[in-house]
Amino acid sequence: MADQARFADLAMEHMSSLYSAALRMTRNPSDAEDLVQETYLKAYRGFGGFEEGTNLKAWLYRILTNTYINTYRAKQRRPTETDLDDVEDLFLYNRIGGLEAARASRSAEDELMDLFTEAEVKTAVEELPEGYRMAVLLADVEGFSYKEIAEILDIPIGTVMSRLHRGRKALEKLLYEFASSRRLTEPQPDLAT
Amino acid sequence: MADEPAPLQPQCEDALHEIYHLLSGELDDAKREAIAHHLEQCSPCAEPYDFYAELRRTLQQRCRDTAPPSLLARIEDAIQHEPH
Repeated sequence: MADQARFADLAMEHMSSLYSAALRMTRNPSDAEDLVQETYLKAYRGFGGFEEGTNLKAWLYRILTNTYINTYRAKQRRPTETDLDDVEDLFLYNRIGGLEAARASRSAEDELMDLFTEAEVKTAVEELPEGYRMAVLLADVEGFSYKEIAEILDIPIGTVMSRLHRGRKALEKLLYEFASSRRLTEPQPDLAT
Repeated sequence: MADEPAPLQPQCEDALHEIYHLLSGELDDAKREAIAHHLEQCSPCAEPYDFYAELRRTLQQRCRDTAPPSLLARIEDAIQHEPH
């Protein structure tokens, strides 16, 4: 059927990106697969109401997050809110931005990527309290605009910004804890001499 | 390392306050240009900008998973069975 083919043409290219987001939400590959499948089924059923030329990816994320909130969230443990009073602006930069290790070779920017393993970055995102996690995931991993996030999550843009503000701080704190636990923040012996 | 000298100029405070919003593409042209101009002249502000830009790239690259091929098959199969 033409509609079915058209839907596949447009929508299936977003599958890995939706699956990645679903994994960060559910923290479980089997639930993530179910969530993505259900998202595509709902999107297919509603495809008649989708206006071509509007943002398909944002529409798919809206269905994904709604489905997650309605179906899967009840099963999840509820993470405790993080105390962020001690997290100032530039928290992570102030603590690891000047690492000797980061300056010893190449540029500081190249090294930052190597400071954290893929598993640590994923865990840090997954450990964010839920409201913050969705906002950070959509803004900083998926690159949606604040306005698009407001539409996807169906919340006011001011709420998006306050969740991002706190979520980004919480993420910096979690990443710093990983760095500290691996003693990356200890003074390094001067290897340059 | 937490005792970096605090930025002194008001332009620095403005610029540093907007790091995440600038990196998210959320500032209007005038503000974005003003900050870009400031960063060209102020290396103590340019450094944290580069750091947070790299943090954003790290997040984007480290949070990529590939959906298993079986998932595509499952979805296509489920759609096939939808009433037309």
